[in-house]
Amino acid sequence: MIHAATPYLAAFRARWQTTMRYRAAALAGFVTQCWWGVINIMIYAAFYHGAHDAAGTAPLGLHQTVTYVWIMQGTLALMPWSCDPEIADAVRSGAVAHDLLRPIDLWWWWSCRATARILGRLVPRALLIVAFAGLVLPLAGLGAWALRPPASLPDAALFAVSILMGLALSASIVVLLNIVTVRTLSPAGGSAVITPLALILSGNLLPLALFPGAVQTLLILQPFAGLGDLPCRFWLGTLHGGRAVLALGQQAAWIAALTMIGRASLRRTLHRLEIQGG
Amino acid sequence: MPPSPARIVVEDLRKSYRVATRPPVGPAGLAAWLPSRRPWRTIAALRGVTFTIEPGTITGLIGPNGAGKSTVIKILSGILRPESGRVTVGGLVPWAQRLRHVGRIGVVFGQRSQLWWDLPVDDGFALLRDIYRVPPTLYRARRARLVETLRLADFLDQPVRQLSLGQRMRAELAAALLHAPPLLILDEPTIGLDAPSKLAIRAFIRDLNRQDGTTILLTTHDMHDIEALAERVIVIGDGRVLADSPFETLRATTLSGRRLIASFDGPPPTLTLPEGVSRLPATGQTLALDFDPARIAAPDLIQLLTQAGGTAGTAPLADVTITRPSIEDVISRFYEHHASSP
Repeated sequence: MIHAATPYLAAFRARWQTTMRYRAAALAGFVTQCWWGVINIMIYAAFYHGAHDAAGTAPLGLHQTVTYVWIMQGTLALMPWSCDPEIADAVRSGAVAHDLLRPIDLWWWWSCRATARILGRLVPRALLIVAFAGLVLPLAGLGAWALRPPASLPDAALFAVSILMGLALSASIVVLLNIVTVRTLSPAGGSAVITPLALILSGNLLPLALFPGAVQTLLILQPFAGLGDLPCRFWLGTLHGGRAVLALGQQAAWIAALTMIGRASLRRTLHRLEIQGG
Repeated sequence: MPPSPARIVVEDLRKSYRVATRPPVGPAGLAAWLPSRRPWRTIAALRGVTFTIEPGTITGLIGPNGAGKSTVIKILSGILRPESGRVTVGGLVPWAQRLRHVGRIGVVFGQRSQLWWDLPVDDGFALLRDIYRVPPTLYRARRARLVETLRLADFLDQPVRQLSLGQRMRAELAAALLHAPPLLILDEPTIGLDAPSKLAIRAFIRDLNRQDGTTILLTTHDMHDIEALAERVIVIGDGRVLADSPFETLRATTLSGRRLIASFDGPPPTLTLPEGVSRLPATGQTLALDFDPARIAAPDLIQLLTQAGGTAGTAPLADVTITRPSIEDVISRFYEHHASSP
C-alpha cells in the first residue's frame, strides 16, 4: 500500500525502533525519576504538615500534589529538552543535506521523527513509574505517597486526549529547535532557552496551581502548560465544563500556532540555507 | 522501464557567498557586536557557468578545491539557490520544483552518509523505499539487483556505523539508486577508497550507464576516475568553465609532450639537443628528456642517443622508457596555466 503518508509512517517506525533500543537508558531514567519523585514528595509533605492553616485552603491537597508529582515524573520524557540529536549531528556533518534531497515535506518528516522519539522514550518510563508509584508503593504500605487513579472515567479519557495533544505540542517545539539548530549550526542555544522554560512553565518543578493566584490565568494560557499541567489537572479531575474546553482548546491552538510558525520558518530557512564545505 | 530523459541545461549560473570577516582585535573590534557593523565579505563562487549535458552520458566535473564544483552540484541537486542564471534538469528547475526534482535524481556525497547510522543497511533501504514511494515489486527487483552487483549481501543486516568505508560506499550507491533515478550525481564517490574498491565502483558506474542509460555527473579529484569513466570533462576553475571537451582532447591540447628516460651502463654522453627536446636534471647514469613528438619522433631521438652512447669515453645506451604525462600532470599544468593567464 503506497499513499501520501507512507514516508512519514516509515520515519515514525524507524525512529521508534532505534529509540526502543535504549532499554538501559529507560531503566536508568526510571530509577532517577523515582528517586526524584520521592524527594519531591517528602518536601511537599513537610510543607503541607508545617502549614496547618493551609491544609483546607491550598489549591491542591497533599494527595493531589503527590499524584501530580508522579504524573510529572512519569511524563518527563514529554519535555522538549532539545532538538533531535540525530539532526544536530547531521547539521554538524553536513549530512542534513540528504534530508533536503528527499521528495518529502521536511516539517512532517521531522515532526514524525520527533513524535516517535518522544513516544519511544515516554512509554517505557511512564509504564514503569505507574507500576512503581501506583502498585508497588501501596502494596508496600506507603499508600499516602502513591499515585492515585484518575478522578473518574471521563477525566481519564480527557487526560488521554490532553496528553496526546501534549505529545503533538512537544514534537512541534522539537521541530522548531531543529530549525534553530540548522540556522545557528549548534543545538546548544535552543535547548538552553527551552529547557528551563519548559521545566518551570509546564508545572514540572512546581504545580502551576501552587503559583500565586494573580498569574494563574497567564500560566494556564501559555503553551508549556499543555506539556504537563493541563493533563495533570484532567487526571485530578479539577477541570470541568467550560474550563475543560478552554484547556483543550488552548492546547489545540498552540499546536496549530507552533505548526504554522515552524512551517513558515522552515520554508524561509530552506530558502537561504547553505550547506557548507565541499 | 527506461528512465525519462534527464537533460541538464545550465546557463550563466552565478552564486556568491557572504562570509563574516574577523573583526579587528582590541576596542575597535567591539563595533562588530552591532548588527549593522558586522563586517561581511562576498566571495564569488560561480561567475557565469554554462554547459549542457545530454541524457545517457557520463560527464566529469573537475577543478581544484574551491573552484565551485560543489556549488554547481548543490544547485543541480536543488539544495542551493543561485543568484542568477537558468538551470533545468529534465525540464524542472531544481530549487523551485525541489520536491518533484529530487524524486528523479540520486545523489551520493562521498564525504557524507545518506544512510542512517544506527539502522541496519536493509532497514535503511526499506525506509528509502517508503520515502520514494517505490512500489513493492519494483523495489524487490531493484534491491535484489543492487545487492548482487554491489555485493552487499554479507552486511545487509549490519548497522551502517559498523561498515568499512568500501562497504559503506557500495551501500550508499545502492541507496541512491533504489528509486531508479534517470540522473545520478556523484560527488567524490571514490574518496578514501582502496584500489580494488575504486575499481569495483568504477565498473559498477560504467555498467549502470551502459545498461540502464543512467545519466551520470561525477566530481572527483582522482583523475583515474575521470579517465576510466568520463566521455567528457568540464573543468571548473575560479567559478568559470575553463574547458569542456573529451578528456583526450584536453590531454592533447594541454600536454602533448612525452618524456624519455635513457639509462646508460656508465656516465651518459653529452649531446647537443635538437629542437623540441629539453633536458631534465638527471642523476647518475640516466638521462631524462622531455620532447614534443610533433617536432621529433621518438625513434629518431633513440637513434641519436644510441649513436652518442659509447663515444668519447661514455657508456653505451642500455635501456629506454617513454612515458606520457600522468593525468595529474595534465590537470595541474592546466590549472597552473589558467591561474597565470587571467
